[in-house]
Amino acid sequence: MTNSLIGQAFKNAKNEKRTALLTYTVAGDNTKKKSLEILKSISKYADICELGFPHNTPIADGGQIQTSAYRAIKNGIKINDVFSITSKFKKFKKNKPIILMGYYNMIFQYGNDKFIDKCKKSKVDGLIVVDLPYPENKTFASRCKKKGINFIQLVSPTTSKKRLKQIIKDSHDMVYYISMLSTTGGKLKESPKRILEKYYKIKALNKSKNVVIGFGITEKTIKSLNKADGLVVGSAICRVITNSVNKRQNTVTNVTNIVRRLKKKMK
Amino acid sequence: MKLKKNIPLIDQHDKYGFWGGKFGGSFIPETLKKPVEDLTKEFQKLRKNKKFINKRNFYFKNYIGSPTSFVKLENLSKHLGGAQIWAKVVSEANGGAHKIYNATVHALICKAMGKKYIVGDTGAGYAGKMLSMAAKKFGLKCKIFMGAKDIKRQKPNCDAMKKNGAEIVPVYSGSQTLVDAVSECMRYWVSNCDNTHMAVGSTVGPNIFVKICGWSTSQISRELKVQIKKKFKKIPKKIKLINCVGGGSSAYGFWSEFIDYNKNQIELIGVEAGGPKKSKLHAAPLSRNAKIGILHGAASYVCQNQEGQIKETESISAGLDYPGVSPIHCFLKDTKRARYTYATDEDALNAYKMVTKFEKINPSLEPCHAFAEAIKIAPKLSRDTIIIVNSCGDAKKDRDILKQRLGKK
Repeated sequence: MTNSLIGQAFKNAKNEKRTALLTYTVAGDNTKKKSLEILKSISKYADICELGFPHNTPIADGGQIQTSAYRAIKNGIKINDVFSITSKFKKFKKNKPIILMGYYNMIFQYGNDKFIDKCKKSKVDGLIVVDLPYPENKTFASRCKKKGINFIQLVSPTTSKKRLKQIIKDSHDMVYYISMLSTTGGKLKESPKRILEKYYKIKALNKSKNVVIGFGITEKTIKSLNKADGLVVGSAICRVITNSVNKRQNTVTNVTNIVRRLKKKMK
Repeated sequence: MKLKKNIPLIDQHDKYGFWGGKFGGSFIPETLKKPVEDLTKEFQKLRKNKKFINKRNFYFKNYIGSPTSFVKLENLSKHLGGAQIWAKVVSEANGGAHKIYNATVHALICKAMGKKYIVGDTGAGYAGKMLSMAAKKFGLKCKIFMGAKDIKRQKPNCDAMKKNGAEIVPVYSGSQTLVDAVSECMRYWVSNCDNTHMAVGSTVGPNIFVKICGWSTSQISRELKVQIKKKFKKIPKKIKLINCVGGGSSAYGFWSEFIDYNKNQIELIGVEAGGPKKSKLHAAPLSRNAKIGILHGAASYVCQNQEGQIKETESISAGLDYPGVSPIHCFLKDTKRARYTYATDEDALNAYKMVTKFEKINPSLEPCHAFAEAIKIAPKLSRDTIIIVNSCGDAKKDRDILKQRLGKK
């Protein structure tokens, strides 16, 4: 997948000697329309946009993303809306990579192949499935690859060395390193130095893979990890949406502002 | 899809942990892969270790109080006519329910793995109460995740947990019942798996938890087999083993020794929670034909909408109020070895009234679902048919609900 938009986005960042910024927002949060507007607006600063398809039993998400997911579901988001948001976004910005992220039951109910086909049609660039680990995801991942969709493998501090090697070997353009033992949005419990040490170990296995770090990254911590290929910010953004909704402020403006600030801190 | 003989059902899965090729598995976040793998290895080792088995047997006997009694419900049988109704009074076990078996084994495993903290989920509060008891017994620090709605309706068990020194973590997300408690407990484990052991409260969750729980509760049917042989000299020709099914831990434990028998000789009947008569909500994924889905790390029949969002459930019995069910029960359903049906809240309450009117036992609302089925079918059956109900929980915890719904007690 040498020519993937995801690979290209990392290349662009590298050429500019900077870390790529990946944002995570939930499709339909706080409404279908707003979430599309948010995507369009933050894509000016984000190198890659992750878009969550919300599930009501998210076993790996902390409070912030749960709140966003429940709110989106309550506001009526359906899986086909997620695809239509993606399509519309892609018409607006066809070269900005978009990664869908969620839980396997949603894909399973849609039908694995049908889901991948729909991703392809909607111009989805990558997929993260939180509860479909390696090696169980091998078949699914290779089907994605056949359709030109990046299946993004996750690795964590508990991933053994042997496993790490296998996962990296079978991974596509991007690997997602979970910074610590936590659900999303936890407080950073490892020192950035130690997180980066582990990151370099992963990187050393295959320099050509783009490795991003996620979980616990906020405006406060982003600078300290600014050496990875990419950094993912999710909960901190979802929190802004929640606060904006509570204060009846404009979610699009507020989210754009935080993403702009994050980007600035990465320079 | 076929059952194998002479192999415990908990071991009849493939290398990815699926029963019948499609139920179970381990749909877990990457972070949990290693702890689940470690636990799997440890359990493989321990269950072959004679010392560990002796230890388990010692605590089952001296701490839990095995065997629990097997009694004929003479008055109830006489009143209904037809089949003989018997009960395996598992609620006599220390703590008042079958959940003590799984809790004790998990505490022993936790100790063996050198972990000091143990966490668990609970619905009716029995799994939580028992885990808190076992934790206290074995010197472990214990946290119990419980839906806020359940904390209110099962207060006696919460009091017990606190008394045992456990911390109850109330869960306010979603429907504030067992499903949310399990999710929150898993989230906690994701964040603390380096020093904490997780005990899933039933035969649900990632493959290894189904196995550990089933291995623990199977004590019930080992005892029962001996007791039946003693009472009847041999295994009678017509037996029906009726058990309530929420996650399915007591039902598996009650049946495991009898699965290899022909179903014409020993019929296995699982009774799910049908919810209030007039409600569309229920907690009966097997008997009301839910689709296969993934919940809490395993594939099983799950109450869900078309999109795959997990549906809210409703039942008077907190212990059965769960949208999923054990993969091994899905397997038993699809291989037609067991038959699954449901009883409504009202059926369970009526069963409670009738059983306590005629007999000295005091079954909780969960086994009252099983009694409801027994009461329904007994009159139509011959006198030489032996119905055995697993009276797996004591109604003390249901004090408030029974008072509210039946006006007395």
